[in-house]
Amino acid sequence: MLTKRIIPCLDVKDGRVVKGVNFINLRDAGDPVENAKFYDKQGADELIFLDITASHEKRGTMVAMVRKVAETIFLPFTVGGGIRAVEDIRRLLIAGCDKVSINTAAVKDPSFVKRASSRFGSQCIVVAIDARCAVKTRQKQLWEVFINGGRTATGIDAVKWAKKMASYGAGEILLTSMDYDGTKEGYDIDITRRISEAVRIPVIASGGAGTLGHLYEALTEGRADAVLAASIFHYRTYSVGQAKEYLKKRKVAVRL
Amino acid sequence: MIAVIDYGMGNLRSVQKAFELIGAGTKVTSRPSDLARCGGIVFPGVGAFGDAMKELKRRGLERPIREAIASGKPFLGLCLGMQLLFERSDEAPGVKGLSVFSGEVKRFAFPKGGYKVPHMGWNSIEPVSSRGAHILKGVPDGSYMYFVHSYYVKPKDKKSVLTMTGYGIDFASGIRRDNVYGFQFHPEKSQGLGLKILKNFVGLI
Repeated sequence: MLTKRIIPCLDVKDGRVVKGVNFINLRDAGDPVENAKFYDKQGADELIFLDITASHEKRGTMVAMVRKVAETIFLPFTVGGGIRAVEDIRRLLIAGCDKVSINTAAVKDPSFVKRASSRFGSQCIVVAIDARCAVKTRQKQLWEVFINGGRTATGIDAVKWAKKMASYGAGEILLTSMDYDGTKEGYDIDITRRISEAVRIPVIASGGAGTLGHLYEALTEGRADAVLAASIFHYRTYSVGQAKEYLKKRKVAVRL
Repeated sequence: MIAVIDYGMGNLRSVQKAFELIGAGTKVTSRPSDLARCGGIVFPGVGAFGDAMKELKRRGLERPIREAIASGKPFLGLCLGMQLLFERSDEAPGVKGLSVFSGEVKRFAFPKGGYKVPHMGWNSIEPVSSRGAHILKGVPDGSYMYFVHSYYVKPKDKKSVLTMTGYGIDFASGIRRDNVYGFQFHPEKSQGLGLKILKNFVGLI
């Protein structure tokens, strides 16, 4: 039986992890390899590295990082942030990551997703969607897609966008709720469920995890195929193993 | 030396690094002479069936692969590399595969609201034959492996199936005929248990 995935997310700047495991026992908390090893041992199902490097010139450091991580852990991992061209994807895949996540570039040129998936296969193209609730009445609720790290509104409906991206060859949707991200109040179950039911590709829920109950909600009520979390794992509120034990007790299929 | 066949379909680095960790020397190559000389062959790959066959033809690798298989040396197809060993695929109608196994490659077809495609993530493998005893040594029944695929193989000869995996239907996730092994999942991405399979493969050489 296919299991639900637990995916820790690491923020990387200039090739160094800036939001990662909270120190203790790590020789070098900023070292991507050390962070990756930490979660590999805990039984994470995948990892995501998000490049938040500001300048385009320094993005080359990400390729070197990917190469090092791929040498050390034998676990699938995704790289996202600032990917704009087919050539960016090619370099990252050759360096050893399994998937890339595309966000702003997909909105600016949706055909980029088509080109990328036909060149490298859908299985390695993740489309990341940052969504914020725009309309909420008793009759309906709408979410809007934001780009540029959540700074720019696009006027695009998030559910329609997810469907379009799936039809363009995206292999997976990484859905982040901007309303809930950083709140620790739980994932946005409504949008997660709406998109999970609207597309026929896997959906990763992201943004808002504060307790293990939140992971459970996203995977059951929200119908997500995977959950991404950062701070609850980095600050060691819970380990990935604890999260899985919790889910297993509640009859969610996980890999233990 | 293990030859890892490079035909431009996806990243071979993880595969190579996995064997390195085990302590087996590999050479990433697309030279027929390497296939003839090596002790064992790994045939990885991700991407589309049609493109892959085109690349194999363009590089003149079809015949060397068949000859290496016929020579009896251990051969391991992974993911797309396993699918290419079949006669044809839904993914590329009209394109002839390497036809080492008879049978075809089918696309997962589920009703709306059913299982999602690609089949992506960790799923369990259940041995159905003792003929996989060696390659699966130390890998408990029901072990989780990492899968990413939209197509699955359907061998004509049921005896060639080593392991089955359930995803809406039960499909062959591991196959074997004589010296030729194939797995739909990625052992090189399946942590310790995946590496164990690769180690067992090295043990065959």
